[in-house]
Amino acid sequence: MSFPDLLKIPKIDKLGVQEIVNRFCKRSIKTSAKKHGLHLALSMIDLTTLEGKDTTDKVRRLCYKASHLHNSLQGLPNVAAVCVYPTLVRVAKKELEGTKINVASVATAFPSGQSTLDVKLSDTKFAVNEGADEVDMVISRGKFLAGEYNFVYDEIAAVKEACGKAHLKVILETGELDTLDNVRKASDIAIYAGADFIKTSTGKISPAATMPVTFVMLNAIKDYYKKTGIKIGMKPAGGISTAKIALQYLVMLNETLGYDWMNKDLFRFGASSLANDVLMQLQKQESGYYQSLDYFSKD
Amino acid sequence: MERIDVLKTYKIFIGGKFPRTESGRYFHVKNDTGELLANMCLSSRKDFRNAVVAARKVQKSWESASALNKGQVLYRIAEMLEGRKSQFMDELMMSGSSKIAAKKEVEQSIDRLIYYAGWSDKFQQIFSSVNPVASSHFNFSVPQAMGVVSVIAPNKFSLLGLVSVVAPVIVGGNTCIVLSSEENPMVSISFAEVLNTSDVPHGVVNILTGKRKELISHFASHKDVNAIIYCGHNNKELNEIEKLSVENLKRVKIYKRKNWGDQKNQSPYFIERSQEIKTIWHPTEV
Repeated sequence: MSFPDLLKIPKIDKLGVQEIVNRFCKRSIKTSAKKHGLHLALSMIDLTTLEGKDTTDKVRRLCYKASHLHNSLQGLPNVAAVCVYPTLVRVAKKELEGTKINVASVATAFPSGQSTLDVKLSDTKFAVNEGADEVDMVISRGKFLAGEYNFVYDEIAAVKEACGKAHLKVILETGELDTLDNVRKASDIAIYAGADFIKTSTGKISPAATMPVTFVMLNAIKDYYKKTGIKIGMKPAGGISTAKIALQYLVMLNETLGYDWMNKDLFRFGASSLANDVLMQLQKQESGYYQSLDYFSKD
Repeated sequence: MERIDVLKTYKIFIGGKFPRTESGRYFHVKNDTGELLANMCLSSRKDFRNAVVAARKVQKSWESASALNKGQVLYRIAEMLEGRKSQFMDELMMSGSSKIAAKKEVEQSIDRLIYYAGWSDKFQQIFSSVNPVASSHFNFSVPQAMGVVSVIAPNKFSLLGLVSVVAPVIVGGNTCIVLSSEENPMVSISFAEVLNTSDVPHGVVNILTGKRKELISHFASHKDVNAIIYCGHNNKELNEIEKLSVENLKRVKIYKRKNWGDQKNQSPYFIERSQEIKTIWHPTEV
């Protein structure tokens, strides 16, 4: 893999992107299509807890929720993964033994990424050794904004190597990149440096995932696929809290990259409260009554 | 040159905003002689759902606001209503009230708000008790807000009826979603404008206009609604409400009153109807 030709990266028309994205939000998805979409969304969720106050019990609870979403509804899929800090990977791994749910771990001095490469690499290796199936790294936004693209590229490549067999998701933290042009540039750098997935945000900065940003990233994936035939995954994270928004993202995914991407191997939602909202919608489809969070497990 | 009157667009009131109905539908409101008075939003179940979300979001913080504060907010509503008395009288007269009746209805509405504002820090004492028990416990009961309440407002007395039902609900720390009078919904939306300028936190009162026939089942079945207040006499509607409310053990309160102007229709017991009684067992020394 080589460094992308930054001169050939297309410029982004911000208003045009907004227009296209608005159209994705107007599709009418009802009854059986809605149910299918909601099931799909559930199966793509990375159930996430990334707080300073996380304890082993909190992670155990989350893992239990991941494998028992809502027992009174029949035929529900599992979520794709549970996403935790490196020190809690072992706990999650043990809890999820025997399920097909992956354990994802953030690494590389998450969420700021302000640390030395050595620290970042040992952080990554620690997470992988603890049993993480997927690693979510953050890029050095400061260096990126200062124009040190080679530094960012090399760092991603080094972390990719440290991951070994674990899948690498690269968090661009688009809320700090200011422009869509920067988002596109960072996407290309991450993809060319070896990312398996590109991810919008840490969830610690507002705005987190937005549809325009995701659309730009999906197009970077599309162009890369056209050029090389390799499929890169996408993970919008943060701020996607309702089933309605999740369905709009799926519409955008389907109409930008096509049905090949409509599975958990190539698309994920990083979210914590989304699962409950999707479950409430499914239960509403089932019973006909609007639901209350009182009847669903707390995250 | 003759001036063209600017007519008001009546919209609905959800979470402190005045959106049009999500459904894009409307219905005609006419006076006794069949003259068109206004186009009103024909709210859909999705408007109701959005209103419940708004009401749920603010419920805890409204409940935990101090009694004094809640009383002040109610008093403020009365102040704002007083200042717009003539507008409300006009709207009531448009739909057939006499001038005397309209004036009386608006003034009684203001007085009723003041009445419940006064009760904000007093009803707790009346409905609380210390209970004698055989064990070594200090046992006491206190009223607590039920949560989110859906309200089917009276058809007659479109302003006074609405105020008489909503004021005791909110002064007790509940938030509500109101379906306004079907016959004269205009005053209810003007009342929403009053609420919106009276320091009532957004979402505490949400007002929809539309048809009972369409909305009652959703008002009664939504599982995030803790209680429903129904004003009317239609047994078929009552039956439906009772049946659907069972789903989440919603508390059903029915007001069959005809004359909301009667002084008997204001009392602290109206507040009590949307309160739960919580009993606490506190260990004491033997």
